[in-house]
Amino acid sequence: MSGIDYAEKIPNNVNLSEDKTLQRALEHWQPNYIDWWKDMGPDGSQDFDVYLRTAISVDPQGWAQFGHVKMPDYRWGIFLNPREADRKVGFGEHKGEAAWQDVPGEHRANLRRIIVTQGDTEPASVEQQRHLGLTAPSQYDLRNLFQVNVEEGRHLWAMVYLLHKHFGRDGREEAEALLERRSGDQDNPRILGAFNEKTPDWLAFYMFTYFTDRDGKFQLCALAESGFDPLARTTKFMLTEEAHHMFVGESGISRVIQRTCEVMNRIKSDDPAKVRAEGVVDLQTLQRYLNFHFSVTIDLFGADESSNAAIFYNSGLKGRFEETKRDDDHQLHGRHYTVLGVKEGKLVEREVPMLNALNEVLRDDYIRDSIGGVNRWNKVIEKAGIPFRLQAPHKAFNRKIGTLSGVKVSPDGRVVSEAEFAQHEKAWLPSAEDRAFVASLMGRVVEPGKFANWIAPPVMGVNRQPVDFEYIRFN
Amino acid sequence: MNAPLPEVIKQHLIDPEICIRCNTCEETCPVDAITHDSRNYVVDADKCNLCMACVPPCPTGSIDNWRTMLRVEAYSTEAQLTWDELPSEKALGVAVGDATAEAVPLAAEAASAAEAPQAAASAGADLVPGSQMPPWSAAHPYVNLYGHRNPVTATVAGNYRVTELGTDSDTHHLVLDFGVTPFPVLEGQSLGILPPGTDAHGRAHHARQYSIANPRDGERPGYNNVSLTVKRVLVDHEGRPVRGVASNYLCDLKKGDTVQVIGPFGSSFLMPNHAGSNLLMICTGTGSAPMRAMTERRRRRRAAGEGEGGRLMLFFGARTQQELPYFGPLTKLPDDFIDIEFAFSRVPGQPRRYVQDAMRERAGDVASLLQDEATHVYVCGLKGMETGVLEALRDVAATHGIDWAGLHARMKAEGRLHFETY
Repeated sequence: MSGIDYAEKIPNNVNLSEDKTLQRALEHWQPNYIDWWKDMGPDGSQDFDVYLRTAISVDPQGWAQFGHVKMPDYRWGIFLNPREADRKVGFGEHKGEAAWQDVPGEHRANLRRIIVTQGDTEPASVEQQRHLGLTAPSQYDLRNLFQVNVEEGRHLWAMVYLLHKHFGRDGREEAEALLERRSGDQDNPRILGAFNEKTPDWLAFYMFTYFTDRDGKFQLCALAESGFDPLARTTKFMLTEEAHHMFVGESGISRVIQRTCEVMNRIKSDDPAKVRAEGVVDLQTLQRYLNFHFSVTIDLFGADESSNAAIFYNSGLKGRFEETKRDDDHQLHGRHYTVLGVKEGKLVEREVPMLNALNEVLRDDYIRDSIGGVNRWNKVIEKAGIPFRLQAPHKAFNRKIGTLSGVKVSPDGRVVSEAEFAQHEKAWLPSAEDRAFVASLMGRVVEPGKFANWIAPPVMGVNRQPVDFEYIRFN
Repeated sequence: MNAPLPEVIKQHLIDPEICIRCNTCEETCPVDAITHDSRNYVVDADKCNLCMACVPPCPTGSIDNWRTMLRVEAYSTEAQLTWDELPSEKALGVAVGDATAEAVPLAAEAASAAEAPQAAASAGADLVPGSQMPPWSAAHPYVNLYGHRNPVTATVAGNYRVTELGTDSDTHHLVLDFGVTPFPVLEGQSLGILPPGTDAHGRAHHARQYSIANPRDGERPGYNNVSLTVKRVLVDHEGRPVRGVASNYLCDLKKGDTVQVIGPFGSSFLMPNHAGSNLLMICTGTGSAPMRAMTERRRRRRAAGEGEGGRLMLFFGARTQQELPYFGPLTKLPDDFIDIEFAFSRVPGQPRRYVQDAMRERAGDVASLLQDEATHVYVCGLKGMETGVLEALRDVAATHGIDWAGLHARMKAEGRLHFETY
């Protein structure tokens, strides 16, 4: 059943108490986790009572329970979606076999790598965001930040459970290492590049939750198809939480845009300097932030041709986005996919075996989904009657991984020289001045119902509460 | 005044301006009522059973929008897919009896309310005939324990025909056993059956909902089983031949076969449990299932010497006596336990008699029940009976000096008037 036992030290719906060895291992890891949270979690927040959502079961009624809690006391636990009877591996060479409840020996190393890589992003983003609370534009936003943080923490728990339960000693060591790496640390950085970038301001935070957490969504969706059933079940539940993070990003940017458009219409000017003088973010700066976060995030999908991706798929470990909804043979032998290459200074399309191009397949699905949100932001601008439109940059722009990393490409997809790129870099990517300007807008606003000048209030509060609800008691 | 009331529904809609297309609602929906294209997420009003399972998991609040609509004018999914923003609540398109006058201010009120769900629920209250609340003494129901991603497997413990052979109606009493898997139910709740196979488009069949026909302690007391009343569908509402997917599947099941089940569903069509509470039950055909459940609950309690007391009155309609499910067992119930009035509409050589006719004939007894604050009314059967029953109640009230408008509103607010129609 899906009830979660809160009487236990570690809330869970996996009958943890029946596996004493595992329970003890996790109870040993738990204080280290709490130490990590106190050390690297949201700065200066330990005494706040925060209006948070906590899962008490994984069914629709139970998993969204709201109430004020202190974050170090948040009940992080282990929640898996209910097991589907007779679930089968849905793709690859094991297609049609019963899904695995334990790790198959031959896939152990690959599965561990997948789980560790996913797990590493969770604490990384908490670390990246730990100072943002000091410059929150409102209580509502501060609460959303904290909600994102505690759920990233829970996602770490989800991955650590799998490591402890299914990977023995190696798994326990990996679980410790997840608490030891630090985002941006020279000597012991987080595994993926984007998770070592700073999230210095709230504009970057919203962009991160929109673009980079969406990468999380696509990775989780691909893992939710996994033939390793515990991984599929845990990532399914994580996806419901991940949706909140993308909401924070999408609505956050949307509110920034709305506020900027209001100001532009009031002062009747589209001059970025005049717009900035009013203390709001000009649309051009927004476009540059978007270019940066989009391009950094699509690198996270990995090289455009990858034999690892083929192995992960073929062995049933990681599927495609919406694998089970797709109408093909789910094995992909003999099928091809178009990827971008560079030939004689031009971008060209190349046909490659689809199995090797699965990173690119997932990246393209991600791009489609991302652009949908960009178009919704444009509707806000359109509604305000302003002729500006935001645009996702070309997928070859500013790439650091894969074939395209060797070439300079403009946001509209032209191959350009190093010199031309350098000349336009300030127009295409956020400059130090842009970041300094955005940083200058950041000031803490925490009175209930009050919002910083550069962002519009949300259309509704959290969990049907009013916008001016006391989401945080500072004590 | 005697023109039939058009059917009014509370239509569930998703606000495209706030929705971020995260797919959580579509994943959560137990009856596959939510779909999407590259632009919008939309709810199919014909499938949505208002179970609210999608509401708490939605990260945005966009899911929580409701419009009071005539069913015939409900927004189609095709229309919803073209929206950039939600249409505001509009005045209902045709005259809805006495409610018309209230429709305009009601629309303005709902549109301006930030807390749409409660606003829409209360605003629509005058147009929805029954209660949205259970009686105060109802037991707390479990709902949505199993969805179409984690259905429970039940085993057929029995499958009996309960209408006489040689009639057009082939109605079955189906007993499903859950073994050791929890499936706690209350009288008046329903469950969903997932028929095997796919439809003409290659998609899995959507779930079909059936009322549970047994009391909470099991079809057989102390057993983890439930019973359903299933009529084999061979013609559609217009009388054209059609083979109902789920009903034929269920009616053909053999003992020992297994069935995929979801649910339980329903948290308002529940019976009162306090001493002295009366049940006025009105049903046709397989709409008898919840009435059988409630009646049997009271019968078992009474047999054990723990009865709530209170009066039970049942109006039960069918085409003929031979087509009336459970006719035999019903006639064996003692008169001092339940007052049963049958109404048959297709007996050769006799005028057609419907449940509302029977209610008017028994107006004195119906009125005395209506005047009692402990009376709870349950109506179950085909959609069309709602109007007729409401009119009969109104007429009975009028002839006995009861202010029907006031009583109707009070009974709804107090969870004492319930409709389950299909």
